Amino acid sequence: MLNEKLLVGSHAPYWHNGISIREKSYHTLMAALPAVLMGIYQFGIPALRVMALSISCAILWELILNRAMKRPVTVGDGDAAVIGLLFGMLLPATTPWWVVVLGTAVALTVGKWIYGGLGCNPLNPALVAIATVIISYKGVMDLDQAYLNFNFDFPAADPLKAVKAFGTVAAARYSLTGFLMGQQVGGVGTIFALGLMIGGLYLILRGLIRWEISLSYIVGILVAAYVFNLSNPEKYAGPWFHLLAGYTLVGAFFLITEDSSSPVNFVPMLTYGAGAGVMTILIRNVGGFTDGVVFAILLFNVANPLLDKIRPRALGRSK
Amino acid sequence: MIKRPFFAITKPKLRCSRIWTLPKETLVEIPLPRKVTLLVKGPFPRVGELMIRVGDRVRTGQKIRLTADRGDYFIASVTGTVSDVSPHTGYMGAGFTSISINADDQDQWDEAFGPLAQEPGLQTVMDYLASLPGASDFGSLLSSKPALETLVVLGTDGDLLVTKNQFVVDTEAEALAQGIETLKRISGIPKIVLLLPDYFKTEAVKTGVEVKRVAPLYPNTLPRMIMKNLFGKPVSAGKRCEDLGTGFVSAEAVVALQKAFSQAQVPIHKLMTVVRKEGTTVHARARIGTPVKDVLSALEVATHHGDQVVVGGAMTGRPLFSEDAPVDGDTDAILVQDKTQRIPSSDSHCVNCGECVRACPAKMPVNLLIRYLENGHFEEAAEDFDLLSCIECGLCTYVCIVRIPIFQYIMLGKQENARIKSAEEAHA
Repeated sequence: MLNEKLLVGSHAPYWHNGISIREKSYHTLMAALPAVLMGIYQFGIPALRVMALSISCAILWELILNRAMKRPVTVGDGDAAVIGLLFGMLLPATTPWWVVVLGTAVALTVGKWIYGGLGCNPLNPALVAIATVIISYKGVMDLDQAYLNFNFDFPAADPLKAVKAFGTVAAARYSLTGFLMGQQVGGVGTIFALGLMIGGLYLILRGLIRWEISLSYIVGILVAAYVFNLSNPEKYAGPWFHLLAGYTLVGAFFLITEDSSSPVNFVPMLTYGAGAGVMTILIRNVGGFTDGVVFAILLFNVANPLLDKIRPRALGRSK
Repeated sequence: MIKRPFFAITKPKLRCSRIWTLPKETLVEIPLPRKVTLLVKGPFPRVGELMIRVGDRVRTGQKIRLTADRGDYFIASVTGTVSDVSPHTGYMGAGFTSISINADDQDQWDEAFGPLAQEPGLQTVMDYLASLPGASDFGSLLSSKPALETLVVLGTDGDLLVTKNQFVVDTEAEALAQGIETLKRISGIPKIVLLLPDYFKTEAVKTGVEVKRVAPLYPNTLPRMIMKNLFGKPVSAGKRCEDLGTGFVSAEAVVALQKAFSQAQVPIHKLMTVVRKEGTTVHARARIGTPVKDVLSALEVATHHGDQVVVGGAMTGRPLFSEDAPVDGDTDAILVQDKTQRIPSSDSHCVNCGECVRACPAKMPVNLLIRYLENGHFEEAAEDFDLLSCIECGLCTYVCIVRIPIFQYIMLGKQENARIKSAEEAHA
C-alpha cells in the first residue's frame, strides 16, 4: 500500500487566479506606506514608535488569541498586521504606549476574534479600537494637546476643530495644497492626502478594494459638505477642505472598504459609501465629535447586512 | 493556471482555447486496449435479471441489452469475453452498471446494424445510436418532452482547455454538414443551429444550416449562457434547457451519427483533448471503454503519486480517483495536473470580498449562499439564495480569495435538494 500511486481527487475548478489573503494584506501594507512615511517625516521618531508598536502588538495579540482559542496560527496571512497598521495610522504620534497596547488588544479581541476571526467581524476592527480610545481617553485623541510641544512650519491647530469653533475664517488659514503634501496635524498615517490617494488608487486598480465604495464615500462627503457650505458659507467649510482634512481619505480607501463589514452588491455599495460620507459631514458639522469618519463608518458597518439585501435578480428567477 | 492580471478592476476574462493557436498536430490513435470497461447509466439490475454474464462472448458493435424488460443497452466496443459485471457509482451519486470485456486482438464486427443503416430513421437511432460519442444521452435528447423546437449543434467547446469540438469542425466539416442534414431529416426538429466560435473561418463549414457565433469567452460557451445571450430565453432556476424546447448536441456526436450511417458501423471511438502537465494539448482517439491509463501511456504522459487527473476541462471537469477509469461517451478531455500545480482548498471563512458576486454570470448572492451551504441549510439556500440558478461554471471558486471550494458546496447543495425533493415525493 505504501508504494501505491494515489491520485488526488479535488472538486472543480482546477484553476485559480492566484489571489490570497496574504497577498491582499501585503499590498494593503504597501499602499499605506507613502502616507505612513510622510507621518514619520513630519512627526519624527515618536510616529515611528507608534507605528512599530501598533503593528507588532497587533501581530502578538493575534498569536495569543490563536493559541488561546486553539485555532491554527493565522499571523502569516497579514490581516493582524493590517489592523495594527490602520490603528497606528489613526493615532497621533504622541500616543502613550499603553494606549497602543490596549487599543490593539481591543481591535483583535472585540473587533475580530470574538466573532470568529477573519471574515466574521461585523465592524471594522481598527475602527472599533479607535472608537474605544476616542470615547475612553479623550485627551489622547485631542490633536491640539498631542502636538503642543512640536514645532511645525504650518498651522499646528487641528483644522476640523478650528473650523468647528470659528467657521470658515479658520479654514482660510490652512492651505489645501499643504494638506495634499502632509502639512496638517493628525494621525500618523492620515495627514498625507496625496499619498493616501496614490495608495487608494493602487488598491482600486489592483482590484483589492471595491472602487464603488471609495468613490461613493468621497462623493457623499463632497456633496454633503457642498450643501452645508451653500447653506451657510461663513459657518461650514467647503467640500475640498473636508475631503483633505482629518480622516476622510484614510477612511475612503482603507477603513470603509474593509471586506467583511461592507456590502458587495452594486446598489448597496453606493448607498453604503454615500450614506457614510453624508453621515461623516453631519457629525463634523452638527454632531458632537470633531471628526465624524470613525462613527459614520461604524454606523454604516452596522447597516451593511440590511443594505446588502438589495440585490439583483438571479438568472432564471421570476420573483 | 491563468494568473490574475496586474490591473484587476473588472471581472475575470477567460478565453477559451482556440484550435488555431495550437501547434498542428495529427490525431493520435490510441491502440486497442487489452480490456475495456463500459458504463451504462441507470440503477444496477437485480442479478437474476441481468442478460449479460461473465464469460459471455461479444462482438464489436454488438448491441447488448442489460435486462429483458428495461430498454437500456450498450454497444460492445471490442470483440472479446465479458470479465466483470458490477455496479458503479459516478458523480453526484449517479448509478451505473459497469461491464468489463477482455479484448481479442482482432475485431469481429456484428452484422445486425449494417442492413438498418441503409435507411436512416429515428427508430434505428433509438435502437442502436441512443448513446453516441460526445452525447451519451442522445436518445433521451431526441425523445425529450416537450418535443425539441431547436437543436444547437455545438462547434464550440464549453470548458477551458478543451478543443475537441473545434477540432471536429475543422477536420470533419463535410461529414458535419451531411450529419446536420441527416439529423434534420430523421429527427423532425424544425430548427437546427450550428454554433461556432466567432473567429472560425466561415468557409470551414458550408452548410445550409443557420450558423450562430459566440465569442469564446468563458462562460459564454456554456448552454445556459447560450440560452440567455443568443436566444434571449433565460432558463428558469431548477429547469433544464430541454424544458424550453432547446437541446444541445456536440458536433462530434453529429459527425458520429453521419458516419454510422455512411459506414454502416456503430461508432465505437471517442475523440478527446488531452492536456499534459506542461499545458501542451494533443487530440487522441480511443475505443470507448479504454482505461485512461492506456490513453496516457500511449501519449507518454507519466503521472505520479499526488498528481491529479481530471476528466473534462479546467473549470468544470471531474476528478479521477483511479487511472483504471474508462473513457466513456462524455470524456471530452483529460487534463493532467502535477501535484505542484494543484490549488488546495481551505476551510477559512468567507471574508465577504465580493469577487464571486462580481464574477457570477447568474448574479447569485454567492457570499450569502456559501454561508448557508457551509452550515447545511440546503433548502434555505435554494429558496432564498438562488442555489438553483447556478449555471455550474466554477468562476466563483476560481476567484475566491480564501479558496473555499464553493463549486463543490453548490453541487452538494443541489444534490441534497434533489434528494430531499425525491424523498418528499416518495412519501407524499
